[in-house]
Amino acid sequence: MDRRTLIAGMAALGLAGPTFAQQDTVKAGFIFVGPIGDGGWTFEHNRARLAVEDHFGAKVTTVFQESVPEGADAERAITQMALGGADIIFTTSFGYMDPTLNVAKKFPKVKFEHATGFKRADNLSTYSARFYEGRAIEGVIAGRMTKTNRIGYIGSFPIPEVIRGINSAYLHAKKVNPDVEFNIIWAYTWFDPAKEADAAKALIEQGNDVIIQHTDSTAPQAAAEAKGNVITFGQASDMAEYAPMPRVSSIIDNWAPYYIARVQAVMDGTWESTDTWDGIGAGMVGIGEISDAVPAEVKAEALALKDSIASGAYHPFTGPINKQDGSPWLAAGEVADDGTLAGLNFYVEGIKGDIPN
Amino acid sequence: MLRLEKRPVPSRAWTVATPVLAVLLTMVAGGVMFQLLGKDPFVAIRTIFWDPVFGEFAWYFRGQLLVKAGPLILIAVGLSMGFRAGIWNIGAEGQYIIGAICGAAVGLAFYPLEAWFIFPLMVIAGGLGGWAWAMIPALLKTRFRTNEILVSLLLVYVAEQLLAAMALGRLRNPEGGGFPGSRNLSQYPSAANLELIPGTGMHWGVVAAFVAVIFGYILLQRHVLGYQIRLAGQAPRAARFGGVNPNRLVVFCLGLSGALAGLAGMFEVAGPAGQISIDFNSGYGFTAIIVAFLGRLDPLGILLAGLLMALTYIGGENAQSNLGLPSAAIQAFQGMLLFFLLALDLLSNFRVRLATRKVKT
Repeated sequence: MDRRTLIAGMAALGLAGPTFAQQDTVKAGFIFVGPIGDGGWTFEHNRARLAVEDHFGAKVTTVFQESVPEGADAERAITQMALGGADIIFTTSFGYMDPTLNVAKKFPKVKFEHATGFKRADNLSTYSARFYEGRAIEGVIAGRMTKTNRIGYIGSFPIPEVIRGINSAYLHAKKVNPDVEFNIIWAYTWFDPAKEADAAKALIEQGNDVIIQHTDSTAPQAAAEAKGNVITFGQASDMAEYAPMPRVSSIIDNWAPYYIARVQAVMDGTWESTDTWDGIGAGMVGIGEISDAVPAEVKAEALALKDSIASGAYHPFTGPINKQDGSPWLAAGEVADDGTLAGLNFYVEGIKGDIPN
Repeated sequence: MLRLEKRPVPSRAWTVATPVLAVLLTMVAGGVMFQLLGKDPFVAIRTIFWDPVFGEFAWYFRGQLLVKAGPLILIAVGLSMGFRAGIWNIGAEGQYIIGAICGAAVGLAFYPLEAWFIFPLMVIAGGLGGWAWAMIPALLKTRFRTNEILVSLLLVYVAEQLLAAMALGRLRNPEGGGFPGSRNLSQYPSAANLELIPGTGMHWGVVAAFVAVIFGYILLQRHVLGYQIRLAGQAPRAARFGGVNPNRLVVFCLGLSGALAGLAGMFEVAGPAGQISIDFNSGYGFTAIIVAFLGRLDPLGILLAGLLMALTYIGGENAQSNLGLPSAAIQAFQGMLLFFLLALDLLSNFRVRLATRKVKT
């Protein structure tokens, strides 16, 4: 055995200094909070996983575990994947934050990617999408389309991501229809078709003729379809099977380019801990086909807004905006900074009700 | 024709043999299901039952078995006392949540003080919290004859709302950037319920589970209260004539199971889970009901049943991520286990006879 092969052997065993950074094959693991057939959030993450497989072919294998509870079980599931030889692990729900961090500490050579969280480490990146950009477009369509001026909103958990969405949708609905009123129901779940359907039915009975959801199943779409004359938006996934009515448009999460880039980085040995927050411009947030149920001029207005957000000309949180209690938040022309948006925990002026706490 | 004949006394041999037989039948039926899903049934069964205990990474999974089984056993031992006496606490999940909230609240109240007495206080608070939550159905039953099944079950949903309120409000981490969830107790040394020996999975909750098994055994076999519990379940009228106070028994059984469930929640929140979060509870309180019956309401049986249940969870997770089995298939597999166990109970209580056809005269 000459010196070179000895060193290579040691490196492979992790004994010699920095291991060879480049690698020919990568094993990527995915931890999902819902079932891959949820039709929404997890469905899209899984679609991106399949896109990774397609893109790299035999060079990349993927493993996944679905419906992993957030908490102690998640830590075991992530550890199990790391033990199983995964080079990079994507944990795709906010509640996996501390478990991911704990496992990342124990496996310094494995790369971790946590969606929608804020805790990072040398081998732990975070990534999320600016869904609130899509909410602005939904807000415009909702504000123009509602006849009762009542818009129902199904929230999952009162966390900043969801509150950002509510504020963004409200601001833009209000802009095109000053009489609009938001009614918010908290489902306290990301995926529970029965609960989501109940929430949608309750909102419809209260006279809301637009339902916006921040939960992952298609149950609210089905409830709206059964009622008729109620419009909805696909959430996380296009949910095109409910088009043209009730689903008039959608926010589509497109994780594939990010996942492919990150796996490529592991392969090239260029992976670094980063904080990614991309929106419509970068293609991480897509706006689903606006259906013919929406009048042409409203559609044009919505698409114009989409273009100006995508180009960076317009930011959905541009002042003047007051907080719910009337105190000023953003002065005229001022744009919200990412730090404030990341931890957003208040409603803007005009939204009724309190954020549960 | 087959005919069933009730045994005067449940067969001891079958009582021991049916759980083993049920596991074997589950392997066969589950194997067929895995085959239909296009997976090698032998590999799947090995991944679920063998690998966590003897496989390559058993050093990690053996500890995890204890982590997963600990709360199940602790709760199930408490529940089994009531179930034996015909007192049905279905709300252990709620008592588990309240125990966790109380324990965590006491710990967080002292943050960032480091002192030896914090953890013991949390243990007491956790037990008391679960006990107090169980006292609601107990008192309603003894005072107003309400049904404890319904009251304890519905209080689970109340507890879940309270949990969400705590994670978003009073117990929210002030340094958490507006996100829900408390501080991580496992990163606060005085309040952390860490592994006693690193890598073994042994934390105080697992110790408590073993202690509960021993005490449960002694109580049932050697103590007059255990005798009363068994009597009340088997012959309620005789028990009343024998001087058993049914109200006292209700309060005792619900209180005990509530306190143990509360302890389980407290140990979980301070250890494996680490923090109060909106969906901190993951069904231990309900699964423990299954464990209690799987273990024949016997403390030693529950110990084994808890470990077996934990094995199907952990092995099932392995099968998901290594073999790509859907999680629904794993749940169906667990369901089969329970189905076969309950179905085979028939053999303990009945004798199967070949019926001799009687000729009409």
